[in-house]
Formats: sequence, structure tokens, C-alpha cells
Amino acid sequence: MSRAQLFQATDEAVAGIEDGSTVLVGGFGLAGMPFDLVDALIRQGARDLTIVSNNAGNGDVGLAALLKAGQVSKVICSFPRQVDSWVFDGLYRAGRIELEVVPQGNLAERMRAAGAGIGAFFCPTAAGTPLADGKETREIDGRTHVLEYPIKGDYALIAAHRADTLGNLVYRKTARNFGPVMATAARTTIVQVSEVVPVGALDPEAVVTPSIFVDRIVRVEARSYTVQGAR
Amino acid sequence: MPDAVKPAVIENTARGPLSMDELAAVIGRDIPAGSYVNLGIGQPTRIADYLPTDEDGRQTVILHTENGMLGMGPTAVGDDIDPDLTNAGKVPVTELPGAAYFHHADSFAMMRGGHLDVCVLGAYQVAANGDLANWHTGKPDDIPAVGGAMDLATGAKDVYVMMTLFTKKGESKLVEHCSYPLTGLACVSRVYTDYAVFDIQPDGVHVLATYGITLAGLRERVNVKLLG
Repeated sequence: MSRAQLFQATDEAVAGIEDGSTVLVGGFGLAGMPFDLVDALIRQGARDLTIVSNNAGNGDVGLAALLKAGQVSKVICSFPRQVDSWVFDGLYRAGRIELEVVPQGNLAERMRAAGAGIGAFFCPTAAGTPLADGKETREIDGRTHVLEYPIKGDYALIAAHRADTLGNLVYRKTARNFGPVMATAARTTIVQVSEVVPVGALDPEAVVTPSIFVDRIVRVEARSYTVQGAR
Repeated sequence: MPDAVKPAVIENTARGPLSMDELAAVIGRDIPAGSYVNLGIGQPTRIADYLPTDEDGRQTVILHTENGMLGMGPTAVGDDIDPDLTNAGKVPVTELPGAAYFHHADSFAMMRGGHLDVCVLGAYQVAANGDLANWHTGKPDDIPAVGGAMDLATGAKDVYVMMTLFTKKGESKLVEHCSYPLTGLACVSRVYTDYAVFDIQPDGVHVLATYGITLAGLRERVNVKLLG
């Protein structure tokens, strides 16, 4: 039985995440960040986690709070350094966290590959740069391509706007970002949504993530937050 | 190939170097109407104010933001601020009619698949062959962060750079070989700077225009062979 389960509490939704897990965390900065699931993961207490996310935490909330709690040993991301990434910066400079920097397109495509059963792919991004050091390359159509392997998650924590009780998802504006890709790339995909509707209430033409990619759903209260990049 | 009439370098010596806003306007004028464009974080975002418009004043360029949107509008203010609608710099923005949202793999397929017409990026250095360095200073205590820079540099059909020509110490950032870690190989086609606009061609670096300096003066300060 692989149908998605609907949970009443975020603590139930994140139950069972093991120490040492690779966890894909949605969001681009704070947009699409699954705050409530990350807070539940802090209470759940799994340690030695590898986190895959675009950024390495903003301010003191969400991913930054998880890092601050000392539960993360490695971050795989494209853009850790930001004006408000002081939690990550401190851990990194103290040598308490490992960092793998991945070009943003490779980050997305490596997870897409994981979700689509692709063993590896060649891509010209990063060819000739330090981020391709030690990687296999091949000339294709006269251009150097770099071999990239999939990034598979044990768990994905993502935020969507609305789910039906089967687990079909729709998102809102640019908060969609990594959600649909991460949902495909993890063994267990856990989704927080602002609204759960009955089966049949979503327009099938508008579903972005089909239910087959979703394992656990929990409804949370919409949270207002300040956009850190606001100028 | 028939002999092309080679335009002379336009030397604007009756004025000083361009301000960043004047430079943004120069770049905006060169972006073809109807193109799909990504403006990098930082100075290039200013170009949004100088994009081509039709006779009704409507913007004819469609802006891509790599976090997942085509048809990005101006920065949001006041009640229009929506935390779910930001640009790649995580600044709240607005949507224009005809906008579309998509996930990250699709967004980067637009660059990586060669669908994006133009991107404008900042740079630490550009080499005479079009190599770009703009993501990492390489200093040991500097935390590396690449974001979408390598995908844009490698995938966009035309990569323009917007930068000051000289460092604070007066060294040219247009160089024979980049000393900073590379972002992409031979990917830059145009370099827009406060003192000059450069076109990088297979036969070398051509100067299209100068501002507040003569071509001869430029050749004294830039240690790269500059063609007229």
C-alpha cells in the first residue's frame, strides 16, 4: 500500500527519520521552506543528517534552526553564503559542518535524475572550473561535458499550497521551486500544506505533483514571515 | 564572405565614465526586443528599468528568474509584497500578465537547454577569450557559493557581463587569463563597463565604444590586445 497518509500533527509526520539520513529540504531562501516540518524534525532529534537544499539557512528559523541544533553534519547546496546565513557561516568556519557546493542547475537535475531512475548524466555546466575537479569528462558535440550522479534522499520535506487527500499537490507562485523535483527524489516524501481538500476538488489539469510521489501530508497554519532579502 | 564595413570605435571623450545607471541603460538598449532575459543578482538587476518597450510603453522583453518564473515584474512594495513571490536575489517581486511558474529543474532546463536568449552577469574578471570568473574569490576563508552562475554562463545563448573596468586598486578586470576560479570557459560575448564596451569575437577583443577615455588611453590601462 503506497497511498499517502494524512497526519494531524507534524510530529507524527516526521516520525521515524533515522540518524544519518539524507534529507532533501525544499525552499529557495524562505519561499517554500517547510518551516513546520523542520521544527518537528528539531523536536524529533535525528542527528548526523545530510541536508540537501538550495541554501544553508536564513536568519535563525527553518533550516538555520536545524543547523543551530547541531543535527546536521553535511550540507549539499548551491548558495550557502548570504547576508543572513550567520548560523551556517559560524559552523563552517569552526569546522563543524561539511559543505558540498553544487551549481544550482546540477542540484535540481541530479535530484530529477534520482527521481527518474537515471544512473548519471553528462552536462557542460562547471566544465573547466574547480567544481568539476576530479570528475569524469567527455567531449560531446565538441564541448566538454562533466559526469554528474543523482542525489537521492531518504526523506524529502517540502511545502505545498494545497493537497487533496490522495496527495496530489499544487503550489503557490515561486514557492514551488524545488518541491516537485524533491518529491520525486526521496524514498519518503513528507509535505506540509496550508489546505487539504477532498479528492476531486483539484483540477486534474492543474495538479503539479501527482499523488504517487507523496507519502505523508500534514496541514499547518499559514505562517507569515519577513522576506529576508527585502530591501 | 563580403567585406563588412567596420564601424569605427565610438570614443565618448567629452564626458566621464558611465555611472552604473547609465551603464544599465546602455545594456538595456542593446537587448533585442522580444528576447527572454535573465538579469543576475546585484548590478544587472538595474537593467530592468531600461528594457525595450513597444509604442504603448509595454516591456517587450520577458524576464526569467531562476527560482522559477517567466514574466517577472518590478520589485514589490507595500501590500504587494508576497513572501511566496520573490526573485533570485530573494527580493519580493511582482508578476506581469502572461507570467508562468515552474519548478527548478524546468527553470534550469531553460538555461541549460539553450532556450534563454541573454543573461547579464556581474564579474570579478573576464579573460580575452571570454572565460568568466564571478563566483568565488578563491580566498581560503571565503565561503564558496555558486548559485545559478555556472548554468547561466554555460547555457544562455549570449552572456553579457556588467562590471566596473578597474578594481579599486586600478587593475583591469578584463585580463589575458583569469586569476580567480572560473565560472565558465569562453562563454562571455560582450563586456559592458563604465569605461568601454567590448565585443569578444573569435579574432580577439573589439572595442565598440569608450566613455571618458580614448582608445589609446584604454590600451595603456588594459593589458589585453584591443582591436578597433
